[in-house]
Amino acid sequence: MSKGLEGNDNRGARELGAEKKVGWDEVTQGVVLNSFVGESKNASFLKPEERAYSDFNSYTATVASWRVIKPIYNRDICIDCQNCWVWCPDTSIISRDKQMLGIDYDHCKGCGVCVEVCPTNPKSLLMFNEAADNDVELENWPKKEKKTK
Amino acid sequence: MAKEFELNEVEVWDGNYAASQALRQAQIDVVAAYPITPSTPIVEGYGAYVANGYVDGEFVMVESEHGAMSGCVGAAAAGGRVATATSSQGFALMAEVLYQASGMRLPIVMTVVNRALASPLNVRGDHSDMYLGRDSGWIQIDAFNAQEAYDLALCAFRIGEHLDVRLPVMMHQDGFTTSHKAQNVYPLKDDVAYKFIGDYVPVDDMLDFSRPVTHGAQTEEDWHYEHKAKQHKALMDSRTVIDDVFAQFKELTGREYNRVETYMMEDAEVALVLLGSSVETAVLAAKQIREEEGLKVGIVAPRCFRPFPYDLVRDALDTPSLKAVCCMDKSAPGGAMGALFNEVSASAYSTKARPIMTNYIYGLGGRDFAVDEAKRIMREQKAHADAGHITTDIQQFSGLRGPKLGFFQTRRG
Repeated sequence: MSKGLEGNDNRGARELGAEKKVGWDEVTQGVVLNSFVGESKNASFLKPEERAYSDFNSYTATVASWRVIKPIYNRDICIDCQNCWVWCPDTSIISRDKQMLGIDYDHCKGCGVCVEVCPTNPKSLLMFNEAADNDVELENWPKKEKKTK
Repeated sequence: MAKEFELNEVEVWDGNYAASQALRQAQIDVVAAYPITPSTPIVEGYGAYVANGYVDGEFVMVESEHGAMSGCVGAAAAGGRVATATSSQGFALMAEVLYQASGMRLPIVMTVVNRALASPLNVRGDHSDMYLGRDSGWIQIDAFNAQEAYDLALCAFRIGEHLDVRLPVMMHQDGFTTSHKAQNVYPLKDDVAYKFIGDYVPVDDMLDFSRPVTHGAQTEEDWHYEHKAKQHKALMDSRTVIDDVFAQFKELTGREYNRVETYMMEDAEVALVLLGSSVETAVLAAKQIREEEGLKVGIVAPRCFRPFPYDLVRDALDTPSLKAVCCMDKSAPGGAMGALFNEVSASAYSTKARPIMTNYIYGLGGRDFAVDEAKRIMREQKAHADAGHITTDIQQFSGLRGPKLGFFQTRRG
């Protein structure tokens, strides 16, 4: 059962390393960290939001503060070509059943590759200052560029 | 099922062959190795055992020593018994991955045949590579002859794989003087040797698909320190496991090993502290000089270089009669006193007697260390003892051609 992207477990609940600090005697031997809570035989067949990620998995941590510019996604122009999903180096493009849903802002580091590979005119993804308001920018989205001979 | 290897009660083996036989008897799951002089025959011998059906495990040919140790790390993380062998430049190329193996707490066994580090290029035995590994978080055990190379390689698996230890172990022997010198070796039968080592008990299997894990995860300033402290404690605590494994090995074979070997220290007035094949030279020299000149010389040899046996070295030097100690380092000191001098001096400082401590660099690049030179150094220690202070430079060079080279003078006396 999908929990849905919005009500997703504890994804992005904490900054990396901000979890409970334990002493040297309690840390895991060999820095061996389990990815999931309990057995997880079929994890690769589940959607990320359905997996029982452990608190040590980086999926449950956010690195949003590393980002200074961010991509904003415009659903009205997107053709669901999946280019951005393929190219994103941090699996931060959320796509389900070949339909683009948006950006995982908890793990996106603002590299801009998704914008670079977007083939639409105008682009369906553009980079903005981290502080930019998504709704305002979507209202002022650039118009289609005319071909020049 | 691997074939049993027919062994005589006494075999004539060199240190390399002895080590490779011990690796065979351990029934290792994966050996990833890249040959390098003088440890090549270990890898070569092991390859032959695999080809001839004496080993069930995998032998992985890799492109470099960096690849060899990386392969070992992967195989050990996957949950197998793993070993390799190397020397010198190969050891240096592995250096990065050595730290990963120990930090990931993977009980890999590496039989190291000590050899000098270039430049100038040199294939002979000195302790440069062994010293290079001393901060890598590995347990380092030192064999002085072929029999010990065999015995201690067996012990290395027991020590490293012990669940309270879970650390990689280097079993050192000296290039050529031990690795290529054929001696009488008393091996154990295959089943006896394997029973002593025991089955490998895996922890955190990487290849358990129902429980995926990250090995050696990233830890910044918030976690790294705690992990290194825990690792250091495991290394320090391995002392009792090493003592225990040595005791069980003695029960099985009658051959006794200690973290620090001492010879004639009960009434010694002067002592030499040294490692490797030179220990036997020094013991012979000490016996002779006791008979010939009545000079009471003792020898201290840290069998276990890491964890450094601060406790037992201190006990060995806490002899009331002891006046002067010379620590002999077979590695280019690189702008410092020899490492053995520094560490043994630190131990000696907490003894009541606080003997006079001096340092000799010797045997670099395989330069011979002979009985006469050992005796000369012993007499020099006696002169320090009689004078009540160091009568020479504190650091000197043994067997070096050209003008006398030495550094630092005492302010005592």
